[in-house]
Amino acid sequence: MGRKTKFAHLRSNIFAGFVVSLIAMPLALGLAIASGFPPIAGIIASVVGGLVVALFGGSYVTITGPGNGLVVVLLGAVTVLGEGDMQAGYLYALAAVILSGVLLLVFGFLRFGSLSDFFPATALQGMLSAIGITILLKQLYVMLGDLTTKGAALDLFLGIPDLIHALITDGTTGQWYAAAIGVASLFIMVFYSNIRNRFFHLVPAPMWVVLLALGFDAYFSFFGQGNPISKELLISLPENLFGGLPTPNFSKWNQSTFWGVVLSITLISSIESLLSIKAVDKLDPQKRRSNANKDMKALGLATVVSGFLGGMNVVTVIARSSVNVNNQASNRSANFFHAVFLFVMVLVFQDQLRRIPLTALAAILVYTGYKLASPVIFVRMYQIGKEQLLVFLTTLIATLLTDLITGILIGLATTFAVHVVLNKAFWLFSRNLLKPNVLMYKETETQNYYVGVIHFCTFLNFYKLKSKLDVIPQDMRAVVDFSLCSFVDHTVQESLQNYEGLFERKGGALEIIGLDVHDTDSSHPFAVRTLRPMKTLRVFGGGRTKRQQQLEALAQEHGWTYTEAPKTNKALLRGHPVYQTAVVERMYNMLEEPKNSLSLFDITYSEGAFIAKENVQTTFLRVTLEKPIPIFSFDRELLLEKLSHLAGVHDIDFPDFPEFSKDFYVQGDNPTKVRAFFNAKMVSFFSAYGFYHVMSNGKELLVRQFLRPATPAEAAAMIEFGLALKKKIDG
Amino acid sequence: MSVLFNASLVMVHVGEQTTEKAAALEKIIAGFDGDLPNYRVLWQAGNPVDVLLHACISQKANLLILGAIKREGLLKYYLGSVARKLTRKAPCDVLLLIKPSVVRVPCASAVVNGLAHPKTEEAIERAFYVLSSLGAQKLTVVEEIPEDSVAIKVDDDRSLRQSTIAKERIKLRENSRVQAILKHIPTNIKGRLEVVVQPIFGTRGYSIGHYARVVRADLLVMNAPRKLTLWDRLFPHDLEYILSDLPTDVLIVR
Repeated sequence: MGRKTKFAHLRSNIFAGFVVSLIAMPLALGLAIASGFPPIAGIIASVVGGLVVALFGGSYVTITGPGNGLVVVLLGAVTVLGEGDMQAGYLYALAAVILSGVLLLVFGFLRFGSLSDFFPATALQGMLSAIGITILLKQLYVMLGDLTTKGAALDLFLGIPDLIHALITDGTTGQWYAAAIGVASLFIMVFYSNIRNRFFHLVPAPMWVVLLALGFDAYFSFFGQGNPISKELLISLPENLFGGLPTPNFSKWNQSTFWGVVLSITLISSIESLLSIKAVDKLDPQKRRSNANKDMKALGLATVVSGFLGGMNVVTVIARSSVNVNNQASNRSANFFHAVFLFVMVLVFQDQLRRIPLTALAAILVYTGYKLASPVIFVRMYQIGKEQLLVFLTTLIATLLTDLITGILIGLATTFAVHVVLNKAFWLFSRNLLKPNVLMYKETETQNYYVGVIHFCTFLNFYKLKSKLDVIPQDMRAVVDFSLCSFVDHTVQESLQNYEGLFERKGGALEIIGLDVHDTDSSHPFAVRTLRPMKTLRVFGGGRTKRQQQLEALAQEHGWTYTEAPKTNKALLRGHPVYQTAVVERMYNMLEEPKNSLSLFDITYSEGAFIAKENVQTTFLRVTLEKPIPIFSFDRELLLEKLSHLAGVHDIDFPDFPEFSKDFYVQGDNPTKVRAFFNAKMVSFFSAYGFYHVMSNGKELLVRQFLRPATPAEAAAMIEFGLALKKKIDG
Repeated sequence: MSVLFNASLVMVHVGEQTTEKAAALEKIIAGFDGDLPNYRVLWQAGNPVDVLLHACISQKANLLILGAIKREGLLKYYLGSVARKLTRKAPCDVLLLIKPSVVRVPCASAVVNGLAHPKTEEAIERAFYVLSSLGAQKLTVVEEIPEDSVAIKVDDDRSLRQSTIAKERIKLRENSRVQAILKHIPTNIKGRLEVVVQPIFGTRGYSIGHYARVVRADLLVMNAPRKLTLWDRLFPHDLEYILSDLPTDVLIVR
């Protein structure tokens, strides 16, 4: 790596850190308030987390700070330990935070990095959804200007009509305005990803919420009326940010409730961090593997420091990390800069921050809560299987009625009970639990890795399989054989799908065999499930739509084949530099040329994760070429087109074709080659079809028109374009 | 089977000699066509383990053939079945059969252990002898390498690369050790056997059993274990894995 590229990396990391700090600030304030901590506690956790984890962590593009999963536990801690007194509770909770940091540090040294694998995926999902529901309900009240109502989830839910009624009848003007800002903020959060405007998307949604709130305040100050929202509904920050550090109160160390709190904080924070680390690794364009144990130590240390300064727990957070990745962060320095920017912003803008109404921040959290418990998750659970829905709902309800630890334990027990009932065999599990059941070796002849599993494979013993899979270099081929295994559960299948993705990204392959045999082998004693979520997903219920019929007719016209639901090629987009962080979810309505060199298909892919996730549905034309061409992307010239798609790559100028150069935006890693490719003929051809976006990865071209599926007429035009283009290049 | 080895067969029946039993046995032997080996039947009552052990010694047997159930129940696992007790105490080689078949299924492939153990050379030699007598085609020598022999813990890409290199190195070392053993095997018993060497990183004793099952081996040849106690069964290792869950017919070389 030369000096110049190093500098380019640093620049893109600074930029990513800046964007993340924009989204981190409102989140940090909101999460702290929701946890019953003073608002500044969230900022402390973000700043300390960013600095400490950037220095000592083992992951690459993650962002650390206060986490949404912890809101419920921390609020519980403040309430329970303070016995009604929030200020005293805060000091007790700080002590618990510090001790949980120490525990996390110990976990890191004990190499508990795979802790999250011991919990059934569905039960974990149920617990997270319960957290989401709790956040949603609690913050809904705050969003509508009610700070006083407390209670269990069910009471809160039933109280919503009263809340709205009370707001309409006895609400003050201040409350009305506050509630209006809250609702408007929620609208921004919900519809942000639907508005596909480049300029709009330069500022992340939570920052728009803050800007809206500040704009509101500026409007009223300008007209001299002063902000109509009462002081209690605005953020309160200490007058002197550096003075008067709170002293954590350890005096409850001999009480079991205190240790219960410490344990739940530790458990939730480690699970949230580990799940996030795993998810972010999937987004990393450089396909690196994070060292989860090292990261846990760093998070533990950061939590201890943050706790002593009066801050919340530091965890790895998925939404902010995904924004980080989407802004071309390439290493931990982005996390560091996010902390620095946040610190500077809070120092400089403290006055402005004090004008943000709590309702706006609550709206952000309502949306976060909704994302954790969105109906999509329920539907997905049902599609995977009724028993998964049962486990999911049991865990969810148990968590809502009791607490997180009890909830997840009940979820664990339910999952196991369901497995036993499904297999009608307790002994299968009891007898084989402690025995080794995984064999892994590198085949001498083929150099493939073979992984065989016997007995059963569920969340109970997945760690054995995982430890073998982890030591296989991911650029190799690996075969996982379940043909001697009687039972494979959903958790394992989901994790394996994850591994498939990891192998695929690094150029290897992980194949799973032996499950199909079970499916058809009716004489097999156990009802072995081959539940693959994608398989059970019925995309097309009933007959075909008109568009599908027209597409089929179009295919026939060209002598192509039409497939309604082709096999999804998940690696498809990743070969293209522009889509390195995209995750293909599904491909459908595939039109293919007999020779397979041209194909047109609808695709759903997503970029980012969690609240920063953006789903895109569009139609692509794929042209496979015989002759090699340079890597480039062709677009109409637009100011600030996602700033820089490829790090260190810029618009290529064509001195010979000034008009073309002005109208279109061509990027590529090798300007000389790209200039040679765009000769006079090509320039006039591309100018005529300037409304297409064309991306080349050297071997194939992807053509796209809009960020929505193409109409049959547009699809026909795209095919014509593709045919002409292929003829032009391949001759 | 003894026909193939030109050996004499001693059948031991534990229990009182009755006419029905004798008749039944005669019937079985009569159903055996071809050259009958030199055989005798011993009738003796008593504890099966003691009787068989005594018979082994008094008859100066080279091989004890036992039928065994494939998987032991939980209780038997801790008390020990007849077959297992014999396996542990027998002074000679033991062959455990789990899938007796009326029609002889030719033994096509076998797996033998290649641990770094003084007995290994003998076991491999014996495996060659048995297999060439049985007319088998393929022998796989499995070297089980304990996973902790690679000191590097895999956390990220760098440690993974290091551990992969370390494993390759150990693999080469183990392979050369096994090749040295294979060189000592007299060519007359090597026959036309196809020999494959397969190193496996994994739990010792367990991996080879699983491997034998995966490659559908017809015979697994193992070194005899040292003396085992109840402690070993509570914390199973080595041969215990195979004995508690027989993957195929097992020959234990002593």
